[in-house]
Amino acid sequence: MTLLSTPRSTTKDVAIALQTSKASTRKERLFQLFLLFSTLVGLVILVVLLVDIVVDGFSSLDLGFFTDYTSRRPEDTGIRAGLTGTLSLMVLVALIAFPIGVGSAIYLESFAPRTWFTRFMQLNITNLAGVPSVVYGLLAAALFAYILNFGRTLITGALALVLLILPVIIVAGKESIKAVPPSIYQGAIALGATPWQAVYKQVLPVAMPGILTGTILALSRAIGEAAPILVAGAVFSRRADSEPWNLTEPFAALPVQIFDFVKRPQEAFQVEVAAAGILVMLFVLLLMNSAAIVLRNRYSK
Amino acid sequence: MLSLTKNKLLVGAIAAALLLTACSGSNDESTATESTESTESTEVAALTGSIDIDGSSTVGPLTDAIAEEYAKVQSGVIVNLAISGTGGGFERFCETGDTQISNASRPIKDKEVEKCKANGIEFTEIRVGTDALTMVTSSETPAIIQCLTTEEVVSVWGPNAKKKWNQVNSSFPDLEIKVFAPGADSGTYDFMNEDVLDIEEPRQDYNASEDDNIISQGIEGTSGSWGFYGFAYYQNAGDKQRALQYDAGAGCVSPSVETAQDDTYKMTRPLFIYVRNDALARPEVADFAKFYLDNVASVIGEVGYIEAPAETIASAKAALQAAIG
Repeated sequence: MTLLSTPRSTTKDVAIALQTSKASTRKERLFQLFLLFSTLVGLVILVVLLVDIVVDGFSSLDLGFFTDYTSRRPEDTGIRAGLTGTLSLMVLVALIAFPIGVGSAIYLESFAPRTWFTRFMQLNITNLAGVPSVVYGLLAAALFAYILNFGRTLITGALALVLLILPVIIVAGKESIKAVPPSIYQGAIALGATPWQAVYKQVLPVAMPGILTGTILALSRAIGEAAPILVAGAVFSRRADSEPWNLTEPFAALPVQIFDFVKRPQEAFQVEVAAAGILVMLFVLLLMNSAAIVLRNRYSK
Repeated sequence: MLSLTKNKLLVGAIAAALLLTACSGSNDESTATESTESTESTEVAALTGSIDIDGSSTVGPLTDAIAEEYAKVQSGVIVNLAISGTGGGFERFCETGDTQISNASRPIKDKEVEKCKANGIEFTEIRVGTDALTMVTSSETPAIIQCLTTEEVVSVWGPNAKKKWNQVNSSFPDLEIKVFAPGADSGTYDFMNEDVLDIEEPRQDYNASEDDNIISQGIEGTSGSWGFYGFAYYQNAGDKQRALQYDAGAGCVSPSVETAQDDTYKMTRPLFIYVRNDALARPEVADFAKFYLDNVASVIGEVGYIEAPAETIASAKAALQAAIG
């Protein structure tokens, strides 16, 4: 105790020991209180927000809200186009981003030669994870929509989100693979496995829970994004459903619809309808995050 | 430890589950019914196809209301509606050419017409309604500030704007002017500067927002505030703010449906849709445009705008019919 704390000014030796222990317990208490406070701040704000949204939005949440398209009347409006659009985007983004991201992570962690070029690439990927999301949207709009001529369609929106979360998946994948004890890989090699077999059959299964968790968390970040898909061409209203295989159809998305609700002049749209939309999106997000937890628990042992 | 094959199965299962969720809500609306080349004028013929529309966020809700009604008649026609702003809409309409209709809260500019011409895109301008730009202030602002002349508006909003209300008009109190108004990307901003006041550029020291609800919030709590937005936002604004009258030279007039319609309130702006002439050859586009003009009067009030004069709508119908040929 006395070793850890060093009070600045003291007068008498006896007092020092006493004071020190008292002061240090007080400090300890204060420190712990601060930690508790920090934990509560986030939690309380979240609870207040959630309660506020539930209170505002619950009355608008009926079956019609899911099965109707947009309407000029707040009580008749619905999020059907946005919900099917967001779900289709999720499927497409998962199918495209997962293999590419995991492939890149395996290569960088297990096979890439340790040269300056590899280090350069890794540095770039880490940096790309911090690029503002709207930049990916602008890139996707220019490259996929107009240069490659996909138009402002579902696939363009999905590719914008893929670009956005690829760095996150790669970094998460690399970390999970790195966390696998090297002895597992070495053991497999010693028993005559090729490097590919050792990675595929031994290292990857151990790393999988981490990779999956990282991927799903990245996905749930992606579906909440409005900016990149807005510039990549998401519409705010259409009276048709999106399906993941209709790649060249225009699409709507939940965050874009919520954005539109908030901007409307009528207060019922801004408050109740927008809150109901946010509730639906939160529910989809929670569903995905719990899927991540279930997967992690299932595959940790 | 599980093998990877099982992991793969699980990933596949999740993807399949997502796919199922995604399509469980779908119906057959997008599947084609009958092809309808025979008679495009008879109303019973079921049309199919999709119409891409972009442009003004002011006109967007109006077009969406029309699309809502149109879906009840022609469920096979899908209207895809985006809101990139009037300028952004014209960029797609004239440059990339991937929209058939563009919503606009101001007339098309000359340089936009040039772009359309350069890309061989001919269009028809259709007036669909009227919006009354509304100047507002907080209800806490002293009641003496009630009406502004064009000159006074310029000294509140123009390039050499005054800091205090008594510098605008000596009968006004010694109170700071706090401006909350649309930012430079909005058609509302363009219209106020170019068409109402004829100024190059407004003051720079104001709170700009592209979201009219943010402007509304700023206006409400601030005594001496000044700002402007579309009539729909004023109708929904509540009693914490009040509209200012506008004197264009013939006396003070309050913004209202009546004064906008009889043209005594001078701060009104026309709302348009622009339709590509070659797209009008497609029966669903022509039918939608006709439906728009036939039904706009029944929904425009609910959306918060004002009916265009009957003769304007009549001449728009004639122009549309001529373009359809």
